[in-house]
Formats: sequence, C-alpha cells, structure tokens
Amino acid sequence: MFTQTAHNVQNYKIEGRWRILFLVMTALLILPVLIILTLLIVRGGPAISWEFLTAFPIKGMTAGGVFPALLGTIYLVSLALVFSVPLGIAAAIYLSEYAPDNVMTRIINLAIINLAGVPSIVHALFGLGAFVIFMEFGTSILAASLTLAIMTLPVVIVATKESLQSVPQAFREACWSMGATRWQTIRRIVLPNAVSGILTGVILEVSRTAGETAPIMFTGAAFFLPFLPESVFDQTMALSLHLFVVATQVPNVPHDLPYGVALLLVAIVLLMNALSIGFRVRLRNKKKW
Amino acid sequence: MKETNQKASGAPPVLEINDLSIAYSGKTILRNATFDVQNNEIFGIIGPSGSGKTSFLKAVNRMDQLTPGMTTTGSIHFHGYDTATWRNLYSLRKRIGVVFPLPTGLPLSVYENVAFAPRISGVRQKVELDQIVEKCLRRAALWDEVKDRLTSLGSLLSGGQQQRLTIARALSQDPDLLMLDEFSIAVDPVTTMRIEDVLKQLKSEISIILVTNLVQQAERLADRTAFFLNGEVVEVGQTEDMFNGRAKDVRTTDYVEGRFG
Ligand SMILES: Nc1ncnc2c1ncn2[C@@H]1O[C@H](COP(=O)(O)OP(=O)(O)O)[C@@H](O)[C@H]1O
Ligand SMILES: [Mg+2]
Repeated sequence: MFTQTAHNVQNYKIEGRWRILFLVMTALLILPVLIILTLLIVRGGPAISWEFLTAFPIKGMTAGGVFPALLGTIYLVSLALVFSVPLGIAAAIYLSEYAPDNVMTRIINLAIINLAGVPSIVHALFGLGAFVIFMEFGTSILAASLTLAIMTLPVVIVATKESLQSVPQAFREACWSMGATRWQTIRRIVLPNAVSGILTGVILEVSRTAGETAPIMFTGAAFFLPFLPESVFDQTMALSLHLFVVATQVPNVPHDLPYGVALLLVAIVLLMNALSIGFRVRLRNKKKW
Repeated sequence: MKETNQKASGAPPVLEINDLSIAYSGKTILRNATFDVQNNEIFGIIGPSGSGKTSFLKAVNRMDQLTPGMTTTGSIHFHGYDTATWRNLYSLRKRIGVVFPLPTGLPLSVYENVAFAPRISGVRQKVELDQIVEKCLRRAALWDEVKDRLTSLGSLLSGGQQQRLTIARALSQDPDLLMLDEFSIAVDPVTTMRIEDVLKQLKSEISIILVTNLVQQAERLADRTAFFLNGEVVEVGQTEDMFNGRAKDVRTTDYVEGRFG
C-alpha cells in the first residue's frame, strides 16, 4: 500500500499555495486590461459612427470626426514600414546568415537590442535633429515616418532574425553541401520558411507604431489641420496625438469624444495583433518539419 | 597493383589526402592523415564516435569554410586538384554528394528535393528536371514508392524513405564522389539492406566513402577500410585483411572484433 510521508503532505500543501499565488498574480494583471477595455467600449462606443470616421473635427475639435487623424496615422505607419521593413529584413539576413560570429557582430547585435529599449522621446529628439533640421525635411510626414522607422528598425531586425534562426541549421548545411551558395540557400529554403514569422513581427510593429505619440509630435504631427496633407513634405494629424489633444488640451470637449478616439486606436492595434496571431497559427499549421 | 594500374592509365585517384590535420578553435581532432581514395571503390571509414570521421568528410567538401572555428592543414587533392586552391568551392561541392546521419528532407516536395541541385545549377526545362528526378529516385530505389506522391512534402515520408530521398538528392548533383555518414543510424534493417544494394550498383559509376558505425557494414561493402581512433588514422588496408585478423595494428583487430568500445 502507498502511504504518504509527512514530507509528501507538506509538499502537496505548499504546491497548492504556490498555484494560488500565481493565479492571483495573473488575475491582477488581467484585471486592469479588462477594466480599460470595458470602459472604452461603454464610454467610447456611442461616440463611434460613420461620421466620426469620415468627417473633419469641427467646433474647435469638440465635435465632428477624426478622419484626418485616422488617415494621417495610416500615412505615417505605411511610410515608416516602407523604410523600416526592407532595411530591417536586409540587416537581419546579413546578421543571421552572413556575418561571422566575432566580437564586432556581437557588439552590433547587442547594440540593436539596446536600441529597441531606447525611450521613444529620445528617438523623437533624434528625428527632430536629423530629419527636420539637418536634412531640412521640416516638420513633415517624411520626417515623422523616418523617425518612426528608425525607432521600429531594431524590433523588425530582431523579429526577422529570430524567424530566420528558427529554420533548422541542418537545412542550410544540406543545401551548402549540394553546392548551393548562401544566397541560393536563403532564397529557396530559409526565407520561404521564415516569411510568416517575419510578417508576424512586422504586423506587431505596425500596432506599436500606430500608438506612438512622442516620436511624431516634434517631427510631423500637427494639433489641428483644416485640410489633408498633399505630399510627404506636409504635416499631418495623427490619432495618437489627437487623443492627447482632445483629452487634455482642448476645453469643453464632450466626455465621450476622447473615449471614442481611444477606442478607435485600441481597435486598430488589436486588429493588427489579431492578424499577427492568425499568421502565427497558420505558420504552426504549415510547419514543414 | 591497383595504384600502378591507375598511374598507368593516367587518372589520379579521386582523393589524395596528404598529412591532413583538422582542428576546432585550435584543438586538433584529426592528426596527420595520409591516404588515397581510389576511383570506383567503396572506401569504408570505421571508428568509435568522436574519432573525427564526420570532420574528415567536412574537410573533403570544404565545409570547414562554413563551420566557425574549423581549420585544416595539410592537403586534399580531388581528382588531382588541390582543394585548397580550388577557386569556386560551390562547384567542388556540387561534385561531391553528401548523405548525413539523420535524413534531412528539405522542407520541399519530394520532387523539389531532388530537383533542388539541378535547379541551382541552372536547369530550368521541366522535361529535363523530370528526367533527372525520376532517374535519381530510381537509382536510390525509391521511385516505386513515391512516384504517386511526388508533390507531397519530403518530410512526410518515413525515416527510411527520407534517407533514400537524401541519397537521390545527393545523386541529383551528378557527383563523382558520394560520401555517406552513418546513413543507417535512423533507418530500419530492411531499408539498410536496400541502400547497401544501391551502393554496390553505384560503385561502377562513382567513388563512395562510407563512414559507418557498423563494422559489419564496412566488411560487407568496402573494398578498403580506414580505422580512425581518437583523431588518429590507425591504418588503411584491404577490408578482407582487417576482418581476417591480418590487420597491421592490434587495435584495429580489437575494434573490428568488438573488444573495445
Ligand atoms: N563544430 C564543432 N566544433 C567543435 N568541436 C567539434 C565540432 N564538430 C566536431 N567536434 C569535435 O571533434 C571531434 C570529432 O568529431 P566528429 O568528427 O563528429 O567525430 P565522429 O564523426 O567520428 O563521431 C569530437 O571530439 C567533437 O566533439
Ligand atoms: Mg560522426
């Protein structure tokens, strides 16, 4: 017969306590998210309408819609991607597939990881100095997008490198031993099997970029513009900054309005995250090894 | 005898290994190896694990270039040409097929696995690719089993089939030299026998280096055999001699008779 020692019983009790502790911690973590979401939907939901999405703000931004800000965010994010994605993927391919494993490479890798941790306000000031003033782009969509691109580049690089490195080394060695060059191996085997992972990283980047305020505040986003931008050298409104403005800078804004803007922003971000989760699931189902 | 014949016909042996040493980050793991591999022979390499067999194969197709920390000294001549001065290493590797211990089906269809090497060499015509794929799969004794599922993923085949797929892939390079590294590790005995038959037939067309953890496999297939032990090439000799107690070194006899491991 099996008999429990005092030690067994003791372990069992302690195990139970740990379980509950971790459960409570998790619940505490989820709670604020739930509260925020509920609040946004309850308070912001009524503000959202077709007019809200397609009209200009009116009456000193206390009424009307957020169309120019929504469009501006799309412009900024898209243009930032145009710069950061090709550059980031190329850099990741070099670092993961070509670079020799030496001190220099390690320093670069470390620098990239640290760059990802630099506060966005620092990127903002860099963008102001480099693009707005030095390169004379002025406060413009171009300068703001470049600033966002610089800010997101490290994350694109890290995400891409990780997906490249998840492709087993044995595949590369099999290709090389057949006389394939590095590039042939990358193009035919490594990239096709990393592309879903890269896409996931890029989409997560979009959601992060869409929410940033500091980097665009000094470089290209405007409080209010009565017209849409006509070129990349114009300023633009943006959702994130607009939220800040209607929530804190404008008097007599109806209470629902900031909640509506916030809900829209969160919805965009969540949509992007859902997309990236979708890709990840597809990736898992399509695993070829 | 064989050597003099070859000298007379003017064709250099497929491999001439001269005073080859291999090191990883300065630590030598194969010392002063000197021997030849003749054309159209099966050259067996036996020895306990860690004795440097795989590293030797990597040195032959110059994978040291792609392995961080790996360095070689001495020389390897392939068909009489020094591989150290071979300018285009990709073309060298194309002439040497390699089969790894664990079958590594590329994440491609059965067809594309075999068409990979021809494709990277610039073969585009569908008809030509079809021919190569069928010929190589037949030579690897796999065609009958996969001819109806050429488009399904190579990694969905059974272990034994995948190993024959990698052999077909190696043959699709149209190599002069085929190097197999403990191919039977992940393969059932029946498939092992089938692959052994394949190798016997291939011998008339190409040279084969067979690294094996099964001494009996070397006995069955190899014309000559090398015994590697802890980074030393203890001896190279006719396989019959080694397995009939006529080995030059007592350690070889001990090993083939299973007296140490
Ligand atoms: N990439 C590598 N880096 C460092 N050491 C290695 C590497 N590959 C093999 N070695 C070492 O070299 C020695 C010989 O290994 P290997 O050639 O794989 O032997 P075998 O194939 O006979 O088992 C072993 O001690 C192994 O640990
Ligand atoms: Mg080995």
